[in-house]
Amino acid sequence: MSVAASPSILPGRGGFAGALSDSFWRKPKLLLFLMLTPPLLWLGIIYIGSLLALLLQSFFSIDEFSGMVNYEFTLATYAELLRPSNFDIILRTVTMAAAVTIASAAVAFPIAYYAARYAQGKWKALFYLGIMLPLWSSYLVKIYAWKLILAKEGILNWAFEKLHLTWLLDGILGLPVVGGNSLSVSYIGTFLVFVYIWLPYMILPTQAALERVPGNLIEASSDLGATPAQAFRTVILPLALPGIVAGSIFTFSLTLGDYIIPQIIGSSRLFIGQAVYTQQGTAGNIPLAAAFSVVPIVIMGLYLWLAKRQGAFDAL
Amino acid sequence: MTAAVEFQNVSRHFGQVRAVDGVNLAIAPGEFFAMLGPSGSGKTTCLRLIAGFEQPTGGSVRIFGDAVEGVPPYRRNVNTVFQDYALFPHLSILDNVAYGLMVKGVDKATRLRQAEEALELVKLPGYGARRPGQLSGGQRQRVALARALVNKPKVLLLDEPLGALDLKLREQMQEELKSLQRALGITFVFVTHDQGEALSMADRVAVFNNGNIVHEGTPEDIYKRPKQRFVADFVGSSNVIAPDVMTRLGGEKRWASLRPEAIRVRPAGEGVAATVQQSSFLGAVNRLLVEAGGTRLHVMLPADQPVPAIGTTIGLGWVGSDIHYMDDAS
Repeated sequence: MSVAASPSILPGRGGFAGALSDSFWRKPKLLLFLMLTPPLLWLGIIYIGSLLALLLQSFFSIDEFSGMVNYEFTLATYAELLRPSNFDIILRTVTMAAAVTIASAAVAFPIAYYAARYAQGKWKALFYLGIMLPLWSSYLVKIYAWKLILAKEGILNWAFEKLHLTWLLDGILGLPVVGGNSLSVSYIGTFLVFVYIWLPYMILPTQAALERVPGNLIEASSDLGATPAQAFRTVILPLALPGIVAGSIFTFSLTLGDYIIPQIIGSSRLFIGQAVYTQQGTAGNIPLAAAFSVVPIVIMGLYLWLAKRQGAFDAL
Repeated sequence: MTAAVEFQNVSRHFGQVRAVDGVNLAIAPGEFFAMLGPSGSGKTTCLRLIAGFEQPTGGSVRIFGDAVEGVPPYRRNVNTVFQDYALFPHLSILDNVAYGLMVKGVDKATRLRQAEEALELVKLPGYGARRPGQLSGGQRQRVALARALVNKPKVLLLDEPLGALDLKLREQMQEELKSLQRALGITFVFVTHDQGEALSMADRVAVFNNGNIVHEGTPEDIYKRPKQRFVADFVGSSNVIAPDVMTRLGGEKRWASLRPEAIRVRPAGEGVAATVQQSSFLGAVNRLLVEAGGTRLHVMLPADQPVPAIGTTIGLGWVGSDIHYMDDAS
């Protein structure tokens, strides 16, 4: 084999594809530009654009007599949000979203911790399957299934009866505000279904964050004298917090915007999503619907700002 | 005198794998003890048995006379400097160093003052406000050391602490670790796969292979008088000579080791005839690879002597006492 006989520059691939890959290699930014332009146009025009249009709508008002939209800038529509009947809707939704988020985090953490720290091989596959499987079936089917489970004639009532615990269920349903005639028409029912539906969105980011916590940090804290509880509080939790916050963004904002679950399961009192639905549909009050839908955006913004200020993202 | 760390027939099996298999060991208080061996030889598992991250499947580990079976790591008065430092990324350097004092409930002013003192000890004063991510590898290494030392452990465990550093920094840290150990008088147990590091730093070295100690002794003893072929191969650049070659070279029919610097180059015709195959310049010496008696030998030639050309025949000579016979079956 002779080194001298081979050329120092290999022949190009030729053709348009060859020329294209050569010029992309010389100008990597061109490739980046071509790759990013379509999705950015989509995001910019269709996504952000429609959001801005929505925001614009919320600064208009509706003429009470004719029902026509009055295209003059005003904050009157936002003032309307503060009317007790509307403000109750906001308060109810935010409280529910907060409760759902806290409960999801509490349920998700041990599962995510197990999956991140202990599950191996087929157990890990089983974990992912178990988390993802519910996402493959229709949202509506799951909610109607829950309605049957929670109904007065449903399996849950039956189970409580067989276990002679009907008194317990009745006691829970007898609670003011959150209780009701049966679980399927109470806030507790709405809450349970919300937690069930959004749980995967809490588990997955929490698990991803915990997976990134190196095992030797936990060993180091133990080595330095931290009991398991101290290690959890001072090392595991702070490092998992960005994941929990990411998960809570999902559960919180999804609950804030959902209008199907509270319509099918729960008392007939409205949530923000339902208010938007009725305002833009039956009532034809687009400005008020827009103002209602701005509320979750503002709340989420506030939430993220607070989380950042509390140092939730320090470990990123 | 009670040993700082004592292993009595300690085993740690993982299913079929015998990571540590019947180790006996006694480390004296204030000693700088190195555990040397290739990866998978059981040295790190031994360290983890002392720290408490592993429990023995057999035998007993004692720390200053107390059996530590079933005692969790957080109740052992030993601290570890981890291989990749394991600094807490979400805490400042000062909070990292003060961590051990914090979880033990030392008040804030005291623990921060002591942490700052520990940072001074490792020559990083004023670095407390930074984050681990902002420091270089060598600086992180010092922080890990300060974080362990601030707890005033009875035994300090070091798991390949210099492995990730470049050569120059590593040599500097070796000297600093040694003088720190002498100044503090703490027992250091040091795990490494780098024989140079073990020999230069430790008072005593245990060479591990296949879950057991194959040779334990002073660095000089291990270097000059390896008990087994494995030790000679692993610890040094020593020439390991097979029994049949030994007979041809005029020795006993046993496995032997002969250090390259013990071999003298002499004019052709004197001593054992050898052919020069390669020479490498190593600064203070030239290392020759020669062929003699059907085997290849390394020879260290001081730099002030002329280097024989490749292919030439030379003579080799050595003092009979430099031939060290080993325990391996011939």
